[in-house]
Amino acid sequence: MKVLVTVKEVAAVEDEFQIAGTSIDETYLEYDLNEWDDYAVEEAVQLQEAGIADEVVAVTIGPERAEETIRMALAKGADRAVRIWDDALEGSDLLDVGAKTAILEKVVEEEDPDLVLSGVQADDDGFGATGVSLADALGFEWAAVVNHLDQDSVESGTASVRRELEGGVEELTDIELPAVLTIQTGINEPRYASLRGIRQAQRKEIAPKTLGDLGLDAAAVENELTLTDMYEPETESDATYFEGGPEEAAAQLATLLRDKGVGAQ
Amino acid sequence: MTDVLAIADHRRGELRDVSFELVTAGRELANETGGDLHVAVISGDVEGFGDQLQLDGVDTVHTVENGEEFNHDVYAQVVTQLFEAVDPQFLVMPNSVNGLDYAPAVANRLGLAYVSDVVDVGIDGSTLTATREMYSGKVETTTAVEAEQVAVSIRGAEWPATDETGDATVEAFEADVDESAVRSTVTGFEEVGGGDVDISEADVLVSIGRGIEEEENLDLVRDLADALDATLSSSRPIVDAGWLPKNRQVGQSGKVVTPDVYIAIGISGAVQHVAGMKGSDTIVAINTDPNAPIYDIADYGIVDDLFDVVPALIEEFE
Ligand SMILES: Cc1cc2nc3c(=O)[nH]c(=O)nc-3n(C[C@H](O)[C@H](O)[C@H](O)COP(=O)(O)OP(=O)(O)OC[C@H]3O[C@@H](n4cnc5c(N)ncnc54)[C@H](O)[C@@H]3O)c2cc1C
Repeated sequence: MKVLVTVKEVAAVEDEFQIAGTSIDETYLEYDLNEWDDYAVEEAVQLQEAGIADEVVAVTIGPERAEETIRMALAKGADRAVRIWDDALEGSDLLDVGAKTAILEKVVEEEDPDLVLSGVQADDDGFGATGVSLADALGFEWAAVVNHLDQDSVESGTASVRRELEGGVEELTDIELPAVLTIQTGINEPRYASLRGIRQAQRKEIAPKTLGDLGLDAAAVENELTLTDMYEPETESDATYFEGGPEEAAAQLATLLRDKGVGAQ
Repeated sequence: MTDVLAIADHRRGELRDVSFELVTAGRELANETGGDLHVAVISGDVEGFGDQLQLDGVDTVHTVENGEEFNHDVYAQVVTQLFEAVDPQFLVMPNSVNGLDYAPAVANRLGLAYVSDVVDVGIDGSTLTATREMYSGKVETTTAVEAEQVAVSIRGAEWPATDETGDATVEAFEADVDESAVRSTVTGFEEVGGGDVDISEADVLVSIGRGIEEEENLDLVRDLADALDATLSSSRPIVDAGWLPKNRQVGQSGKVVTPDVYIAIGISGAVQHVAGMKGSDTIVAINTDPNAPIYDIADYGIVDDLFDVVPALIEEFE
């Protein structure tokens, strides 16, 4: 069976940063593989190692720069990758769920996988919606916030999963394949890419595609969402800060804690 | 097409808090559009839920009988049909784990613009403006949604709950559920994370996050917890890495804690973490990042390296 993993290069903001209009200047951003996608890649690679998946394909929507991140997925064991980018996507601060769905739907149709794994959410835009939206567009079954997958069940055509609900409760659910699972952290322990893996990844294919290659035009990815403002959130509480270096700050905190009866045996 | 339709959330026989917050958010929107607020509750004891949802500001409660618990295939179909029947301007769903499991499908099915995890909404002319966070809560954004009808999912605990009774009409909605399109079966629920300690009972929690970097470094915070006679807890990545058992996790999917003192060390304060500890009496944060969202709810802060502050603090108590 074939497993497709959607991966996203996400930007993290440095401790000190500046906002210019509705975006943060490149110099304050660090790019990395989205945390939740890392777990999705690991789950796919484990299915491959168990002999259940014959092929693992990583797909991303992102500019050429994103290839660095996609190589991480390849270094960890994905067989090949597809990267979609287009001039029509270039200027957009925020790609909405509908646009991502339209693009990924075409890729899934081309690749025809039995299982699609995606992260629960992306750490930068935080929509938490693409996997389920994609499943619905494809007519696939789905499960969101999956923190356990019974690998053997996948072979039988019904995926037995656990969904992590709130408050330490898990839901046990069986879903029919083909399906999209949105993967929650903690489902496995993502591996580090080995040096050998990193070397091999250099030779693996990352196929660049445009909207046209997928049979889409710019109208298909027209954004209904526009960022109109970006700002640092106002703090709700006025915290008292202890200053003067670690020792001095620790001493002030110790006084506070003792006042509150902490540490008084 | 000026109405607002909100979908309640429940589990194991109880309406969840977000259902009452949805009513407040929904009413706010309906006041702006001049329309009615419809609230729907699907599956479970819909009669009992229907009574509880006769709240101030609600015009109509739609009850939909179908099984005991949430099933996303059922919800996706029923919400779609309700949307078509009510024809609202705004469809409001919870950004709960169940919301994550059906709201994007509904939006896709109906071809609606979808804006998720919003913390505030407003209307500018006829355009919805949604406030959301980005980059792990480091920035807030406003997003204009250029569409006639919009689906939104709201973050929990951002709107006050409506608890005053009103005089809503309760109507049973007959949904036509295509059983062949129900291809998922919930087979059970399980509680996880029992074990040696119950962090929700602790008076003082020393809580550690990803800032600790390595498993070996955990000894440092263990020593602090010992020195303070406190209980050790953590954010999620520490548990995901297997460094601490699940019963130590504070947050939305872990435990809700309300100690007298909560010391958050190397924890950024992601919304799902804060959901579990914001009720603490006194919150202390130690974090190198002055912009970490944890400082928004902290009472006391030390913006410094935990590897310098924690040893100094241990020394103070030895
Ligand atoms: C559906 C869902 C449910 C979730 N449930 C939970 C939950 O129950 N509980 C939970 O905690 N999370 C939960 N999460 C995850 C949550 O979104 C965050 O990923 C997580 O809380 C981040 O943990 P952290 O703050 O330890 O790590 P990070 O966000 O990585 O923060 C680490 C912090 O350490 C600081 N730091 C680094 N080095 C140092 C140093 N030397 N000294 C001082 N400070 C330092 C950094 O500045 C940073 O602020 C959930 C997510 C989802 C999607």
